[in-house]
Amino acid sequence: MPVWLFIFLAALAVISALGVILQRNPVHCVLALALVLIDMGILFIGLGAETVGFLQIIVYVGAIMVLFLFVIWLLNIQTEERTSEGHLGLKFFGAIAAAALIAEFFAIFLNTPAAMTPRPLPVDYGSIASLAHLLFSSYLVAFEVTSVLLLAAIVGAIALARRVQRAGETVIHQLSSSVTSTEKAA
Amino acid sequence: MTPVSFYMVLSAILFAIGVAGVMIRRNIIVMFLAVELMLNAVNLAFIALGRRIGSMDGQVIVFFAMTVAAAEAAVGLALIIASFRNRETLNADELNLLRW
Repeated sequence: MPVWLFIFLAALAVISALGVILQRNPVHCVLALALVLIDMGILFIGLGAETVGFLQIIVYVGAIMVLFLFVIWLLNIQTEERTSEGHLGLKFFGAIAAAALIAEFFAIFLNTPAAMTPRPLPVDYGSIASLAHLLFSSYLVAFEVTSVLLLAAIVGAIALARRVQRAGETVIHQLSSSVTSTEKAA
Repeated sequence: MTPVSFYMVLSAILFAIGVAGVMIRRNIIVMFLAVELMLNAVNLAFIALGRRIGSMDGQVIVFFAMTVAAAEAAVGLALIIASFRNRETLNADELNLLRW
């Protein structure tokens, strides 16, 4: 990937990431994050990871972000209520912590890459076939465990988001249904 | 050809923005979005370094990270819905009891 294209994509990613955390309307935050994710997908493809790049756009933007949008619309939030005072200290320390984190990362990243020697890429680098080969050989156990994880997540999400009936309602419901069944029997 | 340190710097900036978002914002959905941003920043570092050493293991890790992020989003949003039904708020400061 040429440097100018990287700089353009990086600037777009940083600006949209700032949009994620600075906008008031949660829907705008989700759309800004979708922009960041598409941008990252393009960066992945530019780095030779085509499969993962397309998966990123399909799974993250197409599924996860849409899930966020559905939840926001389901909860019917218009705008965030104005936060009360007293959090200025928290915001101040949050900004300072983020700046310190950036400085720390810069110090680490600008020093380490010398330790790694670049190697030539194989011909099928990043293709679906080579990724699948790795998934079904070296990472087979992790891949199977992931399926169990997804199943657990489905069951957990349904169990948590299900509308729970109050105890009284169930009793009344059962009573009325038993009454109707006895009436039918009579 | 872009040097790998550029990608690492971008990854660091995005991760720090995610951290700042979790600390600054009080809306739990936006905090959740900031967590997704951090996950993606780390994914970028994995892909860039994997490219650097000519290995595809980084891509496999990113694949698993995406799966975990999907599971996390489903369960997390279900938790948000459940807590919103009970408390009628999305402000993290008002969710201050360790029960519904």
